[in-house]
This record gives sequence, C-alpha cells and structure tokens, in this order.
Amino acid sequence: MVTLAERSIVATAPPIVGARLDVREVDHGFVLNGEDLPVLEDVSFGVAPGEFVALLGPSGCGKSTLLRLVAGLDQPRHGHLVVDGEEVTEPDPSRVVVFQDPTLYPWRTVWRNASLGLEARGLLKQQRSRVDEALALVGLDRFAHVYPHQLSGGMAQRASLARALVNDPKLLILDEPLGKLDSLTRLAMQSELTRLWQTRGFTVLMVTHDVEEALLLSNRVIVFSDRPARLRADLVVDLPYPRHRDHPELLRLRREILGLLGLGGDW
Amino acid sequence: MTSIAEASPRRLRVSALDEPLPRPALLLAVAGLAWLGAGALVLSWPDVQELERTRLLGALALAFGTLQLAVYAGGWLFAWLARLGRFAPWLIVLAIWLTAWEIVTAKLDLLPLPFFPSPQAFVEVYTDDWRRLGESLLASLLLLFRGFAIGAAVGFVAGVALGWSKRAGYWIHPLMRLVGPLPATAWLPLAFFIFPTSAAASTFLIALATAFPLTVLTWSGVAGVQSAYYDVARTLGANSRFLVLRVAIPAALPHVFVGLFMGLGSSFAVLVVAEMLGVKSGLGWYLQWAQGWAAYANMYGALLVMALMCSALITLLFRVRDRLLAWQKGLVQW
Ligand SMILES: Nc1ncnc2c1ncn2[C@@H]1O[C@H](COP(=O)(O)OP(=O)(O)OP(=O)(O)O)[C@@H](O)[C@H]1O
Ligand SMILES: [Mg+2]
Repeated sequence: MVTLAERSIVATAPPIVGARLDVREVDHGFVLNGEDLPVLEDVSFGVAPGEFVALLGPSGCGKSTLLRLVAGLDQPRHGHLVVDGEEVTEPDPSRVVVFQDPTLYPWRTVWRNASLGLEARGLLKQQRSRVDEALALVGLDRFAHVYPHQLSGGMAQRASLARALVNDPKLLILDEPLGKLDSLTRLAMQSELTRLWQTRGFTVLMVTHDVEEALLLSNRVIVFSDRPARLRADLVVDLPYPRHRDHPELLRLRREILGLLGLGGDW
Repeated sequence: MTSIAEASPRRLRVSALDEPLPRPALLLAVAGLAWLGAGALVLSWPDVQELERTRLLGALALAFGTLQLAVYAGGWLFAWLARLGRFAPWLIVLAIWLTAWEIVTAKLDLLPLPFFPSPQAFVEVYTDDWRRLGESLLASLLLLFRGFAIGAAVGFVAGVALGWSKRAGYWIHPLMRLVGPLPATAWLPLAFFIFPTSAAASTFLIALATAFPLTVLTWSGVAGVQSAYYDVARTLGANSRFLVLRVAIPAALPHVFVGLFMGLGSSFAVLVVAEMLGVKSGLGWYLQWAQGWAAYANMYGALLVMALMCSALITLLFRVRDRLLAWQKGLVQW
C-alpha cells in the first residue's frame, strides 16, 4: 500500500493563479455510421480561477467529449470555450489533461513518460527533480525505471497523473483519474489531490462516476443529462476541507444528485 | 564454542547444496570420441581419390575431438563450460556425417567427381584460396552495406513522410505503388547501361530492393500510431517536430524493423544476381567464376561463406532490434 498521506512532498514551485474557464452555448456531435449523433447540447457554465468543479453524468453522455473541447483537442460545432478571456483553438501546456485511459508510451520508462511535458517544452534539463517529486507524490518512485507493460492498471493511471502534475497546469482537466484505483489508494490519492490543489491554486475540472468522490473534493458539482448532454444541475458544495463523508449536508447533496441521475430514494 | 563447532559443518553442507558442482553432459565426451574416431579414420584409411589435404583434415578432426574432451573435463569445474554440453547432439551428428561423406568420396570414390568433392577438397579451398575468398567477401560486404544504407535511409524517410504528411503522400504514393512492386532485378539491364560503373548500378539496385519494403512498413507503422498518443503529447506542449521524432517514429519502430528485415533479405538476392551478372568481384562473382572452372569444391566453400555472412548480418539486425525494442513483450528470438 502507498501511504501518501505520510509523504509531504508537495511540489516546491511557487503557487500559480488558476485559469478562468467559460463554456458558452456549446453544441457538439459526431457522425456515426452516416447518422448524426448529437453529444453536447447548449452547454454553458463558468469556472472561477482556483475552483474545483466535478462533472457527473450517465456513461456515454458526452463528458469526455466536453473535456476534449476544453483541452483544445477538438473544436465545437457551435459555441465558444474561453480560458482567461482567450478562445480555445488548440492545446496548450497550461491546460493539462489526464485522460480516461492512461495512454503511457510503451517505449518509455515511467520516468521518461512523466517527464514528457518538460521534454516537449525544453525544460527537462533545469527541472529534472520535479519529475522525481511527481513520481514520489503518486507513490511510483520505486518504479521510475520500469516500462508501462510492467505496471498494474492502477499504477499506470497514477503514472499518467504524475505526467500531468509535472507541468504546472493552470487548469487541470481530469477524466476519471482515480477510476482504476483500489479504494485505499483512491482515498490516499483524493486527499493528495485536494492538498495539491489547495497549495498550488490551479483550477480543476474533473469527470468522475463516483458521486461521493465529487462531493468530497469539489466546490461545485455539475450534473449532466443523458446524451445529448445538457446541464441538469449546478450544485455548490460549500463545506470546509477535509470533508467527512458522513456530514449531513454531504448526504443530502448525495441523495439529490443520485435522484438527478435517475436513481431513486433507496440509495 | 561447541555450538559453533556443531553448527559450521551443517552450514557448509547447506552452502554446498546451494551451489551444486557443475555436471557436464556425458554426451559431450561421446561427441569428442566420435570426432577422434573420424580423425583416425581419415588418417588411417588410404584415399582412393588423389587428394592433398588428407592429413590436415585428419589433424583438424583430432584437434576438434580433443577440444571437446577438454571442455567435457573442464565442465566438472566451470558451469559455463558444462553448459556447452547442449551442443553435443549436433556435434555427434556432424561427426557421423563427416565420416560418411569421407568414406563415400575420398575412401571409396562412390560419388561422381567433380560434383561431389571430398571433405579434404573442401578444406583445400580455404587453405589455398582464402585470399580470393576473403577479398570477395569484403567486396560483397562493402557493396551490400552501401546499397542497404542508402536504401534504408531513403525508405525510412519516404515511409515517415508518407505516414505523416498528406502533401508528401500525394507525390510519393503513386510512385511507390508503380515502382515498388517491380523486382529490383528487372532494372538490371537498364541499370548497367545507365550508370557509369557496374558498382554504382549494383548499389542502386540493392538500395531499390531495400527501400520498397521499408517504405511500406514504416508508412503503415507511422499511419497506425494511436491518435491518443498524439493527443497526450499535444496537450503537454509538443510541437510537430516532437510529434514526429518522439512519438510517431518510436511508436512505428517495431514495423520499421520488420521492414529492415525484409529489405535485408531482398538485398541479399539482388546482391548475388548483380555480382553474377555485372560486377567483377564479390561472392556472387566467385560462384560464377568457380562454376566456369568446374571447381565445385570452391562453390560449396563460397556458399558456406555466403551463408555465414547473411546469417551474421541478420543476427546483427536482430541484436540491434532487441536493444532498441527492449520495451516490447514477446519478441521473436532469432
Ligand atoms: N471520436 C468519436 N467519433 C464518434 N463518436 C464519438 C467519438 N467520441 C465519442 N463519441 C460518442 O460520443 C458519445 C459521448 O462519448 P464520451 O466519451 O464523451 O462519453 P462519456 O460521458 O465520457 O462516457 P463515460 O463516462 O463512459 O466515459 C458516445 O455516444 C460516443 O459514442
Ligand atoms: Mg469518458
């Protein structure tokens, strides 16, 4: 087991100002087998600098699609995505994505995967220690020099988290980053993520399937409808950290969100 | 004190169990004796055919047999010598084959000459004609290296360009589809006519034979790279140079090595044909020359050298691949 809570390696670089994100009237869709498939419909919301926003919605509703638009990997059919007042037209290293699949490069060791961003921007020489820090943070320091095929699924996911954290993002885009972890590692990573977010000050946009996780970590929870995704609810979670999962307000929000997702009161 | 005295022999026994003494394969001693027997037969049974190197052949067989016995003896002491025992079955078969070959040729003259020369005639090729053989080998290697290097460079660049850039693909693709499948040897008459020297012509042909499979395989490797790999790099701030050099090419490398392997194979074929038909040097030319003199022993000798050369080059390629693709699981061992 990784005892992350005992490690106090919070990145040493100075805090950053989180990015402000505005999603305005975004429509998007795909053509699947000649048929039009609308995926996002009139999605609008804003995220303040330094905010932690969780996105919830049924599987296949379009959450990953929305994250790709925010990252600048795809362009929406209609509407605008604006980060710090500038329209998103292409990917930028200030907006780092942790994809749903770890997508590590099989020909690089864990260390060289984690250092990818620094290498791409020509900063690796000066900032090598940051790679070690990030790997220690996710509990992979002892696996720095193994290849991805020698990792477990959860370790691969942690490696891809380290790869993102190395880059000082202003906006961290997370697509179910803790989905494949066992529950204990998951708890440890959740508190580590919270701490990192609080000390560094970046903005977080995180997709998750886990309502409890969303409530434990975020300032706001946005709930989407089934495909095509529309905003069902935008809930503020105004509780201090660290949060306790038995807090009555949390339990109330949890019931409300599960109701919105179509699960009755028995839950 | 007594406890130590009691404990130490037990510990000794344990350590002896941990590292058992090596045990060489008895079969290796059998192989050594078989080679000694073959050597004795060569020396003691007078030849029917008129031959020069009988005593050398016998001495070589005796020496080889003695060496195997020495390795067997050394195997009781050194594990790495004991491990050589795995070659014993092959060595025994080779000794039997040498003996049989010697009997039906030199000793009884049952096979027609000059098509089936005796083992000592075979040895004579290397003792008497090693200089010409060595020069031919060098010439072949040089020609092959030049053609292969040019072809590999061109094929690799063309393949990456095809897989990466639409505009490059527009120009290269039709050319490759038309010219690529044509066997390089079809250019032979034209090439020897167009190029100033036959060496340049042969280099061109070998390069052509290498380039085509490498282009196709590199192309399919680069085109098949998961788009998720590019997404990751792009969100981390990679420019297109980084995407080509650090993402597309490493991801395509397994395909590139299949292409190099195929290219090397076809370059061997073209090399031999070019040397037989145009270039006045190299192992292909040596074969042709030996045939002209009905020197069949020389042909077998040159074939063996050629086989060793090709096999060594393929082995070298696989070694390089194993180093570069250490990250891959389940590589085929050559
Ligand atoms: N590249 C694509 N081409 C065609 N259709 C796509 C593409 N990407 C996504 N889709 C479709 O868009 C819809 C939404 O996909 P998306 O990956 O955004 O879902 P999701 O909300 O992230 O689901 P999950 O929670 O299961 O990850 C799906 O129906 C999918 O089939
Ligand atoms: Mg998804």
